[in-house]
Amino acid sequence: MGNNTLLETTGLHRFFGGLHAVNDVSIKVSAGSIKGIIGPNGAGKTTLFNLIAGTLLPNGGQVIFKDRKITAMKAHTIASMGIARTFQTTKLFGRMTVLENVMMGRHSRTRSGFFAGMLNLPRTWREDRHTRDKAFEILNDMGLVSHAGDTASNLPFGKQRLIEFARALAMEPQLLLLDEPAAGLNIYETKELAKLILWIRDRGVTCLVVEHDMSLVMAICDDVVVLDQGQKIAEGPPRAIQRDPDVIRIYLGCDDAQNSQS
Amino acid sequence: MSQLRRYIPVIVVVLAVIVLQIVLLRTGSTYYMTQITMSAYYSLVVIGLCLLMGYAGQVSLGHAGFFAIGGYTSAVLTTLNLMPYRQTPLVTSFGSLGLLVQRQDLYGTEILSFSPWVAFIMALLITTIIAFLIGLPVIRLKGHYLAMATLGFGLIIYRIVLGGRIFGQADGISNIPPFYLFAGLEVNGRMPYRVMNYYIAWFVVLAVMVLAINLINSRVGRALRSIHENEEAAHSLGVNTYRYKLLIFVLSALFAALGGILLTHYNGSIGPSEVTVMKSVRYLVIVAVGGMANLWGALFMGIVLNFLSLRGVFGTYDDAVFGAILILIMLFAPQGLLRMPRFKALSSMLPRGANG
Repeated sequence: MGNNTLLETTGLHRFFGGLHAVNDVSIKVSAGSIKGIIGPNGAGKTTLFNLIAGTLLPNGGQVIFKDRKITAMKAHTIASMGIARTFQTTKLFGRMTVLENVMMGRHSRTRSGFFAGMLNLPRTWREDRHTRDKAFEILNDMGLVSHAGDTASNLPFGKQRLIEFARALAMEPQLLLLDEPAAGLNIYETKELAKLILWIRDRGVTCLVVEHDMSLVMAICDDVVVLDQGQKIAEGPPRAIQRDPDVIRIYLGCDDAQNSQS
Repeated sequence: MSQLRRYIPVIVVVLAVIVLQIVLLRTGSTYYMTQITMSAYYSLVVIGLCLLMGYAGQVSLGHAGFFAIGGYTSAVLTTLNLMPYRQTPLVTSFGSLGLLVQRQDLYGTEILSFSPWVAFIMALLITTIIAFLIGLPVIRLKGHYLAMATLGFGLIIYRIVLGGRIFGQADGISNIPPFYLFAGLEVNGRMPYRVMNYYIAWFVVLAVMVLAINLINSRVGRALRSIHENEEAAHSLGVNTYRYKLLIFVLSALFAALGGILLTHYNGSIGPSEVTVMKSVRYLVIVAVGGMANLWGALFMGIVLNFLSLRGVFGTYDDAVFGAILILIMLFAPQGLLRMPRFKALSSMLPRGANG
């Protein structure tokens, strides 16, 4: 693989009973880029994400990250190797504060264990202070400092999504998996989101985005993969994808019968 | 300094403990101290269960089992008379290592048994091993399934204790020697030691509280709370959720065993009534009444409810009262008694364990 490739999947398969949710999907994500994954509902986008993040095991194929095979690894190991994610339905730690949520993002970057925690050794609280500083820094960068002490579940939906981004960024990941980040956001919030994702990319974090909102995908992605019924049917820059007849067919919903009639 | 603020309640409790002792002394009701001391040891189980249930969100209906493993291990090792075997190489080598002590029981019989310190360490070790072996498969279960599995564990321990001759069957084990700690301090339930033991018990409880408070405010504590909130998200941030759940299960079992060991030496006896399912339910009720993720609430309720129960206030309806409390709490105050609007003023004085 090219040394600019950060993540690669080769021939991934995943079945759910008789359903072939992901069928022979091979994609490459180059470092520093924003790659979009689009496709209709049930195309296998989230399943593909879960296969990459280690939440699901593939029935076949490989996932390679930084030239290392991560296929059979546990989700938490993959996370600590530098893959962060956000969820389709925001998954914050509701009863914890915003600050604590973002501090959780530092988990894989810190070490203190049970004994150190119980004894609150100087080394431990220094580490914790550093974690706190880092979390504040990210909240500050994202303009969320005023919410640091709020209980996460009390925040409006749009803010919660931003906190989830902040938490993922606290991991200092190399790859960020964004699962439908624009879902439930209004048009203005989506525009802000586009800026945010570009800002994240400029910080050196490669992004892989599953998205329904075509305007967002066209605005930010360097490269787009189209999935349909588990299979990759097109791949390329957004402009080319927009003109691809297969993609138009899927998105406009006309089937072969209608095509032949016209 | 937020670092030090978390210890303020510890100081408050220390003062309260001293004031209470003076009041009891002045009013000539020092006998209450015995039940307070016992309640304090029971509260160790509650603190452990509060970490496991309230913070990490993992239910256990088998904590009386861990209490019993601690208590019974200590009881067996300190009462097992090795006198007849003192010539055997194994026993003489134990003796030469300083693991044994010789004493006379009530009837003047010479008894050679393990020293309480040896028994103490063995009890904690055995608890660790058993908690680990039970936790390894069981902690993968969630919700009701975990509750049932731990309930099963508790029942097994109860049956072993009731059926095992070495555990004294239905009679339990008595004539357990006091536990000499160091510098003249000993865990001893006899009258002259009453005040000393009141303070020993509170010292142990507060030490364990400090460890628990530090833990929940640490990196590990946040991870445990995050598992409770959303396990999948915790996993995605690099938290090895299985490992953390297993370790908190073992730690929680160790706190329970510690309570069991110390109370056994204090009472001089232990019986199967400590191992019943109702005991496990009782600990769970106390954590729920205290407000689940609220260490100080759990401690407060642990002391109050155990004290009332030991004083016989609930009479023969003891277990029924705890059952009723559980139902009422779940119906009317699922956040715990101290979070009810009526008790807002009180709960604002009791800081929450975590700053969140």
